[in-house]
Amino acid sequence: MSETKKALEIRDLKREFIMGSETVRALKGISFDINTGEFVTIMGSSGSGKTTLLNILGCLDKPTIGNYFLDGVDVKKLNRDELAVLRNHKIGFVFQAYNLLARTSALENVELPLLYNKDISVSERRDRAMDALKAVKLDNRFDHMPNQLSGGQQQRVAIARALVNQPVMILADEATGNLDSRTSYEIMALMQDLNTAQGKTIVFVTHEPDIAAFSSRTIQLRDGIIQKDTKNENRKSAKEMLAALPVTDDYNISS
Amino acid sequence: MNIANLFRIAYRALLRNKLRAFLTMLGIIIGVASVIAMVAIGQGSKQSIHDQLSSMGTNMLTVQPASNLNGGVKIAGASFQTLTIKDIVALKTNPQYITEISPSVSSKGQAINGPLNWPTTMSGVDPAYLDIRKLTVKDGIAFTENDVLTSAKVCLIGQTVIDNLFPNGENPIGKIIRFGHIPFQIIGVLSPKGFNTFGQDQDDILIAPYTTVQKRILATIYYSNIYASAASEDVTDQAVQEMTDKLRASHRLRDSEDNDFTVRTQQELIATLSSTSGLLTVLLTVVAGISLVIGGIGIMNIMYVSVTERTKEIGLRMSIGARGKDIMMQFLLEAVLISITGGVIGVCLGFVSTWVVTATLGWPTIISESSVVLSFFVCAITGIFFGYYPAQSASRLDPIEALRYE
Repeated sequence: MSETKKALEIRDLKREFIMGSETVRALKGISFDINTGEFVTIMGSSGSGKTTLLNILGCLDKPTIGNYFLDGVDVKKLNRDELAVLRNHKIGFVFQAYNLLARTSALENVELPLLYNKDISVSERRDRAMDALKAVKLDNRFDHMPNQLSGGQQQRVAIARALVNQPVMILADEATGNLDSRTSYEIMALMQDLNTAQGKTIVFVTHEPDIAAFSSRTIQLRDGIIQKDTKNENRKSAKEMLAALPVTDDYNISS
Repeated sequence: MNIANLFRIAYRALLRNKLRAFLTMLGIIIGVASVIAMVAIGQGSKQSIHDQLSSMGTNMLTVQPASNLNGGVKIAGASFQTLTIKDIVALKTNPQYITEISPSVSSKGQAINGPLNWPTTMSGVDPAYLDIRKLTVKDGIAFTENDVLTSAKVCLIGQTVIDNLFPNGENPIGKIIRFGHIPFQIIGVLSPKGFNTFGQDQDDILIAPYTTVQKRILATIYYSNIYASAASEDVTDQAVQEMTDKLRASHRLRDSEDNDFTVRTQQELIATLSSTSGLLTVLLTVVAGISLVIGGIGIMNIMYVSVTERTKEIGLRMSIGARGKDIMMQFLLEAVLISITGGVIGVCLGFVSTWVVTATLGWPTIISESSVVLSFFVCAITGIFFGYYPAQSASRLDPIEALRYE
């Protein structure tokens, strides 16, 4: 990914909510681009507009003023159904609470986004779901139900689900928030691997500074505006951090 | 989004909660099974009434003297004496729609065989009567036109009379019994017909030539009834018209005068009884239909609960690309799958319970295809109708709020 193709562009974006007689201005005009192959963390305390930005980036919500182009598509012009199709084709969500379907095998959970994509045949769906699970190193857990998997494994299934439709970007919302530090590092190592080895664009929303250290760029939000947008010069390797962890912490042996 | 994928999604969602799906189906299962069983029982009783009446001859016509004014006093029809040999001759002239004609007179009295006696009825009829009433002679022979001409003292005997006069199983044929004072030789035994729809014993009877009964017992020239057969069941109405015309001419009635007789058909009787059992069928079906509606409300209830309980799942599905209509179709398909699966199980249960009713209670039952098809159809409609609102409310959820729902 040497050429800098833009995954998304945000231009003077504002989002206001009408709460009774008051107008709450959650985002007060922000602009930034994210290039294909970048690993961006969006940071900010609660009330900074982080969640609002996440909803807009995920095409779950639309800006009040300003533009958001995802892979060249102007999101503002789309209706509810077109937004759904856009999410299906271009975004892979990873949530804090994994959000896997209960009593549904890992493979079927990963297949789910493809079921809403009418261009994919039955056999292709199965193959791609298997490939995605192999990419997160869960090739021996196809038939496991979520309650038979550890937290880290469940999050890896969720990442496989995000990957399976070959999206423009993976959008992670506090994806390590429910995990202990060792498992967090494992997930971050996987994310870094997807980013560097496979060139996946990753946008990671978090409030933990040590997670941000694994990314290539950090956007700091405060009170609805961008406070800081910095390139990460000395990016940490999650793999090395994982290796450096004391073995005594390792009571949760995950595969 | 193709329908096969939607179907797969709905099917997987149902499989994730088999017990709940089954409990939701239960209302539909019971509803459909009861519709099928009730209609089968209703149809069965209707058919058995029809069969019984048919065994008496569906194309049979009877003429009775009608009630009439006699000097301003209304006289009961049965005591009226209007039917005579002239009428029989008139009816037998150029018959169009009438095939068989038999006059009938009857007398109640004691049948006596030595020390044994039995109160019964002797019908005096023409040999054609046996064809009209679909009676058959089991043993021996029937009497003939010649016996009618000679007023022969011969009779046919019904099973009930045999049982009472010949209790030891002797062969009654050739034996002489007395009816009142008159000795009769038994020349044939009637095949038993059992009780009719009204509870009358059709085998408690002696049948003799009408001339014999008229001259030797009643001393009358009048008939109490005339029996006839229409050429077929379909021309019954024309046969009634033909008989009415001929009898009016024979009785020299002016146009202004009412008939002094009535012609009855079996059809009327069948229609009356069928409408009674038809009403019963309707009532049973309504009750069963109500249980289907309750089953449908059960589906709606569960689907609503399910939408609330699965809000987060709906949010997730929307976030990974399900459109509102996909969610709607999923929940609608779930409801329809529940109701149709319930319908299939209900049909099976309906067949089984119908069979059990016939096997244990001995009730006649007929499973009609229409009730199976109809209840199936109603199931699908129920699913769509009661699944629609929950599905719609699911499809209108905001993905952001649905995702955050706890």
